[in-house]
Amino acid sequence: MTTATEPLKAKDYKSEIPPTWCPGCGDYGVLNAVLKAFADLQIDINNTVLVSGIGCSSRFPYFVKTYGMHTAHGRVLPVATGVKMARPELEVIAFGGDGDGFSIGGGHVPHVARKNTDITYIMMDNSIYGLTKGQMSPTTPLGMVTSTTPYGAPDNPLNPLAFCLTYGATFVAQGYSSKSKVVEDLVKRAIKHKGFSFVNIISPCPTFNKVNTFDFYKDRIGELPADHNTKDLNAALKYAFEGIDGKIATGVFYDVDKPSLLDRLNGIKDKAKASVDYDINKIIDDFIP
Amino acid sequence: MAQNDLIIRFGGEGGEGIISSGDMVAQAAARSGLEVLTFKTFPAEIRGGYAMYQTRFAHDNILCEGSGFDVMVAFNQEALDQNVKLMKEGTVLVYDYPGGDIAEEQNIPGVTCYPVPMSKTAKEDLGMYRVKNMVAMGAVAELFAISMDQIRETIKEKFGKKGAEIVELNFKALDAGRDHVRNNLKKTDPYKMDPGKPKEGTIIISGNEAVGLGALLAGVQFFSAYPITPATEVANYLSKELPKFKGTLVQAEDEIASIGNVIGASYAGAKAMTATSGPGLSLMQELIGLASISEVPIVICDVQRGGPSTGLPTKHEQSDLLLAALGCHGDASKVVISPEGVEDCVYLTVEAFNVAEKYQVPVIILSDGSLGFRTASMKRPDPKSLRIVNRELYKGNGKPFARYEFTASGVSAMALPGTPGGAYISTGLEHAESSAPRYTADNHSKMLDKRFNKLNDIEDFFPKTEADVQDGAGLGIITWGSTIGVVREAVKLARAQGLKVSALYPKLVWPLPLKALNGFTSKHKKILIPEVNKQGQLARLIKSETGLNSISYPIYGGMPFTPAMILDKIKEVI
Ligand SMILES: Cc1ncc(C[n+]2csc(CCOP(=O)(O)OP(=O)(O)O)c2C)c(N)n1
Ligand code: SF4
Repeated sequence: MTTATEPLKAKDYKSEIPPTWCPGCGDYGVLNAVLKAFADLQIDINNTVLVSGIGCSSRFPYFVKTYGMHTAHGRVLPVATGVKMARPELEVIAFGGDGDGFSIGGGHVPHVARKNTDITYIMMDNSIYGLTKGQMSPTTPLGMVTSTTPYGAPDNPLNPLAFCLTYGATFVAQGYSSKSKVVEDLVKRAIKHKGFSFVNIISPCPTFNKVNTFDFYKDRIGELPADHNTKDLNAALKYAFEGIDGKIATGVFYDVDKPSLLDRLNGIKDKAKASVDYDINKIIDDFIP
Repeated sequence: MAQNDLIIRFGGEGGEGIISSGDMVAQAAARSGLEVLTFKTFPAEIRGGYAMYQTRFAHDNILCEGSGFDVMVAFNQEALDQNVKLMKEGTVLVYDYPGGDIAEEQNIPGVTCYPVPMSKTAKEDLGMYRVKNMVAMGAVAELFAISMDQIRETIKEKFGKKGAEIVELNFKALDAGRDHVRNNLKKTDPYKMDPGKPKEGTIIISGNEAVGLGALLAGVQFFSAYPITPATEVANYLSKELPKFKGTLVQAEDEIASIGNVIGASYAGAKAMTATSGPGLSLMQELIGLASISEVPIVICDVQRGGPSTGLPTKHEQSDLLLAALGCHGDASKVVISPEGVEDCVYLTVEAFNVAEKYQVPVIILSDGSLGFRTASMKRPDPKSLRIVNRELYKGNGKPFARYEFTASGVSAMALPGTPGGAYISTGLEHAESSAPRYTADNHSKMLDKRFNKLNDIEDFFPKTEADVQDGAGLGIITWGSTIGVVREAVKLARAQGLKVSALYPKLVWPLPLKALNGFTSKHKKILIPEVNKQGQLARLIKSETGLNSISYPIYGGMPFTPAMILDKIKEVI
C-alpha cells in the first residue's frame, strides 16, 4: 500500500495484465511514456478513466491500473465524452489506433474537436491495421503494399494533425514512440490542457508495416523549432503538412485556450438556474391544462 | 342531447393551423374537466400534404383514438376526399365553403353538412388568411358547445407573446365563426359536449413529453440524442427541463455517438438515456451489445415509425419489436418494455430505469408515432409515491473487487470511478470475473449464463402483465404497445354485445413474461394477436418461445387499429 506521503512511481500505475503486443511493437514505448507521465503528474488512480476503441493499441487500458473502458471499434470518443460530461471531475483519456480513430470512428473526431470536448486523445499511429493483420489504414502511404492492397494502396493518406487542427482542436501535438521523453512531455501537456487535446504518436508496427519501421523513421523525425508559436494556426497547419526540414515534425503544433464543452454546458445550466434539488412538481405544473 | 364521447377531426393542408386547432380544442376540453385523447398524422414534408388532427373527449377514461370520428372539419377538398368514405350515418361535416378550396356545396347522404366560409371570412372580413383556423374553431365551439372562454384563454397564452393585436385578431376570427353559425345555420345534429367539472390534479401531456417526464422522475442525469421523427420531442422536452436539475444534455453527431455518450455517462454513475426511432435504433445495435456484455445500465426510447429504412417517417407502426428484442450480433441480453398510453409512458419510463439499474442491462422502451404525438389527460403523478431503484455499488470495503463476479442473482456490484479499490475495465471483450479478457469456452458459457440468468426473475420485478379473463371465453387476445388501448375498447364493445372474450396486456415484451403468457394461453382455445406490422412480430416471438400457434392479425398501412376493426375480427374468429 502506498500512503499519501509516498509518491506513486511509474510501475505503480502498471496493472497485473501484461501487454499482449508483439515484441518490438511501438505501443510499448507509448505505454512506458504514459506511465511516466502519470507518475510525474501523480495522476489519481481512482479518478482517472482510460477509454479505448478496438485494435492492438486499444488494449491500452488493460495494462494500466486506473478505471478503464474498452468499448467498440471507432467509438472511443463518444464513450469518453459521456464519462467526462457526466463526471467532469474525472480525468478522461482516450486511446486508440489510426484505423479506430480516423476510419470507422472518423465521423466523431470533427465534433469532439469543434465542441472542444474536455478529453485527451492519444492515437498510436502505425499506418496499418494491426489487430486485423495488416490491412490498409487511413494513414497508409499511397502505393504501399498491404494485405488488402497487394498492388499498392490506391487512397491518399489523411493527415491526422491537419484534420484535428482544421476542425478546431485546441491542443494538437505529435510524438514518436522511440522518443520517450518527448512523448511523456506531450502527454503531460495534453492532460493539463483544458478542452480537446490530440496527440498523434507515431508507433511502428514491426509485424505488419514493413515500410514505416523504426529504421525508416530513424532519420526522418524532426522537432518543431523552439520558437514555433503554438498560437499560430497557420504555422501549425504548415508544419502538419510539410514537416520540418524534410522531416516529420514532432512537438506541440497548436495550443490555445478556448471555452470547452463543459464551460458551455455549465453556461446552459446557469441559464436554466439549475439546482440539484429543483422541485419536479414545478415542471409537472406546466402540464395542468 | 348531450354526448358522452365525441370525436372531432380536423383535416387540411399541413402548415395551415390544423394542429393548433386540434390542440386548442383538446386544451379547452381538458380545462372543462373532460378526459381527452388526441391523434395526429401529418406528411413528412414541412408544408403541404394532408394533415389530420383529431380530439376525442369524454367523461370516462379514454382508451384509444377510437373508430373514426363524429365530426369532420374539412379545411380543403383533399381533407374531404380523404375522409368522405369514413363518414358513417349521422356524421357531421363542417367545411370551408363558399370561397375556399372546396368548390361545391356538399350534400352527402346521411351526413349533416354545415358550410362555414372560413377562408373567405379570414381573408375578406379580417384581412388575414392565417386566422382561418380560428374561424373554424369559433364555428365548432358554437356548434358543439365547447367552452369559448377556455379557447380564449388558450389563445391568450399561445399568442400573448406576439402582442395584443394578434390576440385580438384571433378573438375576432373566433367570434366571426361563432356568429356565422348563430346567424346562418340551424343545428340539426345531436352532438353537443356536456362539460364536466374542472378536475383537480389532472394534467394533459404528450406521449413523448411523458417519456421525458418519466425520465426526470426516475432521476435521469444525462441524455444524448440525435434528431429523428417521431422521437425528437423527447429530446426537445428534456433540453428545456434537464438542465434545471443540473442534468446534462448533449446533441450528438449521430445515433452511434449518442448511445456511446450514454454508455460512458452510465459507467461513470449517471442515470443515462437516449431516444430515437427505427433507423437510429438500427445504428445503435453494436453499442447495445456493448452495454449488454459490459453490463452497463442504459435506457433507450424507440418511438417506432414505418420502416424499413426511411419508410414512413411520420406514420404509425409497431415494427421494431424483433430488432429491439433480437437485433444484436451474438447473444445479447436486454429488456424491452412497451407502454400502452401516455400515462404508461411516464411510469414505464421510470420502471425502465429501475430495470436497467437493477439488472445492469440495456432497456428499450418501444413507443410509437401515434403514441408519441398523442396528447392525453392523466392523473398528475406524485413523485413521492414512485419506486426508484438504484444499481448495486461496490463501496470499497477492502474485499478485492471483481466487477463481473459470479453471484447468486447474476448481478454483480459496480464500482463507480472515484471509488478506491474499485478500478476495473468495463469491456465488450469476453472477460473473467476480474474483467480481464478471457476467451475460454467455459468462461464464455458461464458469463453468457450470468447475463441471461440475471433476468430470470424479471417478470416478478416488473409485474405489469394484466390478464382480463372472462369466464367461459374461448378466445383470448394478446397484444402490445399502443394497440392495447384499442383492444381494451374492443373487448368492452364485444362484451356489451354478449361476446365472451379475454385479453392479456403484457408491457414487458422481451424477455416474454412466460408465466403470465402460459397461464393465459392455457385457458383459451384460440389466441388472437393484433399488431401493427407485416410479420406478426409478437406472434412470432411468442411462437418461438412457447410453441403457440396463434391467429396473427397484422395490419400495416401506417395507421393504428380501430376498436371496430378488432371487434370485427373477434366476431370472425370467435
Ligand atoms: C465494427 C467493426 N468492424 C471491424 C472490426 C475489426 N477490427 C478490429 S481492430 C481493427 C483495426 C484496428 O486498426 P487500428 O485502429 O489502426 O489499430 P491497431 O490495431 O493498428 O493498433 C478492425 C478493422 C471490429 N472489431 N468492429
Ligand atoms: S500487430 Fe503491430 S500494432 Fe499490433 S501488437 Fe503487433 S506490432 Fe503492435
